[in-house]
Amino acid sequence: MDYHSPASFTEASALAAATTGVTRFLAGGTDVLVQLRSDMVTPDLLIDIKKIDGVSDITRTSDGGWTLGVAVTGAEMSEHGELGRDWPGIVEAMDLIGSTQVQGRATLVGNLCNGSPAADSVPAMIAAGVTVSVTGPDGERTVPVKDIPTGPGRTSLAKGEVISAVNIPPRGPNGGDAYLRFIPRTEMDIAVVGCGISLRVDGDTVSEARVSLGAVAPTVLLVEECAKAIIGTALDDAALDALAAAASAACNPIDDKRGTIAFRTEVAGVLAKRAAKIAYARAKGEQA
Amino acid sequence: MALDDQKSVFKFVGTRPDRPDGLDKVTGRAKFGADVSAAGMLHGAILRSPHAHARIVKIDASKAQAHPDVKAVVTRADFSDKVPFKPGLAGEFWNVLENVMAGDKALYDGHAVAAVAATSALAARDALKLIEVDYEVLPHVTDVDKAMAADAPVIREGAADYSVPEGLHPNVVRYHESGHGDVEAGFGEADLVVEDSFTTEATHQGYIEPHACLAQLGADGKGELWCTTQGHWIAQKTCAALLGIETAQLRVTASEIGGGFGGKTTVFIEPVALALSRKANRPVKIVMSRSEVFRATGPTSSASMDVKIGMKKDGSITAAQGIFRLQGGAFPGAPGDMTAMCAFAPYNLTNVRQVGYDVMANRPKQAAYRAPGAPMGAFAVESVLDELCNQLGLDPVEVRLKNAAHDGSKASYGPTYDQIGLVKTLEEAKAHPHYAAPLKPGQGRGISCGFWFNHGGETSVSLALSEDGSAQLMVGTPDIGGSRASMALMAAEVLGIPYENIRVTVADTATLGYNDVSHGSRVTYASGLATIKAARHAVERLCARAAAKWGIPEDAVKWEDGCAVPSGPNAGDFDPLPLADITANMGATGGPISGHFEATPEGAGVSFGTHIVDAEVDPETGKTAITRYTVIQDAGKAIHPAYVEGQYQGGAAQGIGWALNEEYIYGEDGRLQNSIFLDYRIPVASDLPMIDTVIVEVPNPGHPFGVRGVGETGIVPPLAAIANAVSNAAGVRMRDLPMSPPRILAALKARDG
Repeated sequence: MDYHSPASFTEASALAAATTGVTRFLAGGTDVLVQLRSDMVTPDLLIDIKKIDGVSDITRTSDGGWTLGVAVTGAEMSEHGELGRDWPGIVEAMDLIGSTQVQGRATLVGNLCNGSPAADSVPAMIAAGVTVSVTGPDGERTVPVKDIPTGPGRTSLAKGEVISAVNIPPRGPNGGDAYLRFIPRTEMDIAVVGCGISLRVDGDTVSEARVSLGAVAPTVLLVEECAKAIIGTALDDAALDALAAAASAACNPIDDKRGTIAFRTEVAGVLAKRAAKIAYARAKGEQA
Repeated sequence: MALDDQKSVFKFVGTRPDRPDGLDKVTGRAKFGADVSAAGMLHGAILRSPHAHARIVKIDASKAQAHPDVKAVVTRADFSDKVPFKPGLAGEFWNVLENVMAGDKALYDGHAVAAVAATSALAARDALKLIEVDYEVLPHVTDVDKAMAADAPVIREGAADYSVPEGLHPNVVRYHESGHGDVEAGFGEADLVVEDSFTTEATHQGYIEPHACLAQLGADGKGELWCTTQGHWIAQKTCAALLGIETAQLRVTASEIGGGFGGKTTVFIEPVALALSRKANRPVKIVMSRSEVFRATGPTSSASMDVKIGMKKDGSITAAQGIFRLQGGAFPGAPGDMTAMCAFAPYNLTNVRQVGYDVMANRPKQAAYRAPGAPMGAFAVESVLDELCNQLGLDPVEVRLKNAAHDGSKASYGPTYDQIGLVKTLEEAKAHPHYAAPLKPGQGRGISCGFWFNHGGETSVSLALSEDGSAQLMVGTPDIGGSRASMALMAAEVLGIPYENIRVTVADTATLGYNDVSHGSRVTYASGLATIKAARHAVERLCARAAAKWGIPEDAVKWEDGCAVPSGPNAGDFDPLPLADITANMGATGGPISGHFEATPEGAGVSFGTHIVDAEVDPETGKTAITRYTVIQDAGKAIHPAYVEGQYQGGAAQGIGWALNEEYIYGEDGRLQNSIFLDYRIPVASDLPMIDTVIVEVPNPGHPFGVRGVGETGIVPPLAAIANAVSNAAGVRMRDLPMSPPRILAALKARDG
């Protein structure tokens, strides 16, 4: 196993492009190191991207959005007051992952590239319309988060491509987001169902909404029908019921050790309702 | 022993000093199983079957053996061929051998089939990939009811012992039936009969420390073994038999232990490490991964149970019957007999009948787990009792009080109870503020009683005094619950010297006589009894030295507050002679002063508890929160109350996991799906409420200070108490454990149509 810690993403990309063996990018390592230790994978090439300049920076962009380096940890996000005021749903989603120790290492990009449909931060990022910058042999491109995962453990990144930044859009006025997951315990668990919602209000009326579901299909879903169910409403009971029905209808889950098809389908609707209420309250400035 | 001989006023016993091993453990100085190393040491790794049931056609280890880092490869051929196969538990050495290294067949996913020793842990792990095993995959069965069915694959012919009636499937290997009275007549007298069926899944003891050992065995047949274990003498005896060496030639030292709960009362990796060491002629260390712990060490049994209870309108039970089928992996040993005997033990019944089955399936060999077998039976019985109370509109504590076993009751499993504390625990429950506290909407309350036999076992203890008047106490029972503190307190009580002046050591097998395992809640009882008697033995010798010094008869001297004193005015007028003054000159007055005691004490004293649980169920997701929990249990006499409370809380915490989320999940292929803590959902700290405890003290006549074991009874009531709380909160009877959110939500949906 070769270990490299390149000084730039261009160099990281070139290393990955040049190898014929199994490659893993190492950021926080909370998935990669676990896989190594449990003998699930033995990479030929391990590319540590934590030593590239700027990868731990959280930066406000000129349009009011945010750029996060690929090695920014969950703990750093939680301790960043302004980011959390703009996007509490994203920060809370990231904060749900693992233990305090894991929070000191785990990153949004690692959570995304692990390719798990149950990744907590991914529905929150998709609901928020987050994009990632991807550096590859042919230069840099910008890709919506929802287009990165293609199935359990798989991503759309081509050989030699590496995510080089996370771009969070400007929150803008009267917006709110929220993420909820279901686990049978109180912490230290994997989502059985996850739901991220971001919306904007005009008075009492929902004017924009994005609803994303995790752990109910091979990839995290962005569900247009859920958004339609609440846009133009004041999130009354009928709208919430329509939201829940749309969320359940979008599910294409499996029976596994973590939950059943029936359970995931039902609880997706329950979480969508609960997350929508929180996001709505936040958009109206009624709840932090 | 008559009660009036029993000591009831104490100076040290009942206090809460710091534990002697505390500083070692909080500073990392304590040496656990994986902390021991030796010069020239190799690392062992074990190849495990990926199949639930398969014939081993061929093992080709030539590539592994040719690797320069690999120093030894072993298979079953490297163990003794003189271990006899016998039916049931009579052939337990053979069963253990077959479990630690497969013979002709791999019997479960994770079953060891070969092992290597290499120069590093990583090299050993990689070398396993070079071993080629040809398997012929066979049909498998993992479910207890399916394993008993006529068409079930036979795990092993001839494993059933004499107790099994004719006509049962060969996977049924032991059978128990007991009771008294006429249950059919009793059901006829009932105003209401409830009959229901229940299941529980296998759960793991979940100790935080994986199995680990360091083994050394030479061509001369002399060996050393360091391992994490609840009993190093059983490890010595078993390993010697499996390796074909003499018991006394293998010296076994128990490390500090990071939890056992019954799961470390047998051997798994130890004989394998010894076989590798013998072949490589170097020390070999093996440390299990968590996944190996789940796949290849003993979880508890899974169970399928039918219970029928008849009750009159006033709450008196007219008859009770239970059938308990326990699956214990691919070997005899599932404690169906224990389940049956404990199930109705809290109640004073005229008509009772219980049947237990021990059933084999393609799963890892079950191991003891805190009151093995009892929690499942209590779950079924106490659920039916709760249903009877609900349907008859009766108070669950009053009904249990009405039927409770008391001093002199004939136990459901045969004997007559001596002095017992069940009624006292129920009265404490009734009076506890928890029982009267109002419930919020969505919450429910559950009650359950629980019983465990407790055990004595072979025990040997030595105590040696030092010149400066301090004492060293050698016990043979690994300290799994603060026992060094309680032993020191009991020795201090007898010797009359401070607790801090006593150093308690868990002696190795070469320095003390045979000691049974730290199990059966026996340590505070049996090692405690032996400690008291060893200390009394030393006191006799101290008194003899004082008598010689004073020139008076030995029986004219007695021991008071750490000093020899004349037994009365006629004995003479001498100043009290402190212990340290006697030991200071002991070399010149007759030699070292020690005390010793060994026995198999039989008066362990049964133990009862009553638990009160509040649960809240989210009707939209089926998620349960335990909001309040109170444990009330009879300790006889609490030597160190803080550690007694710790045992009560630990039993409740493990019971919460077993009741709500822990389970062995098998796929259609018979492979274990959740062999890591991420998916084997043990409770985390934030899942638990503060667990309140009440120590009831009804002295055990069989112990000089009245001690009853407390380690196991605490896990007997939780499954039932939590199931009753959840069922009452959700408004639907939960009959299958774990009561995971998908199960509860499905039950709510089924009820609502």
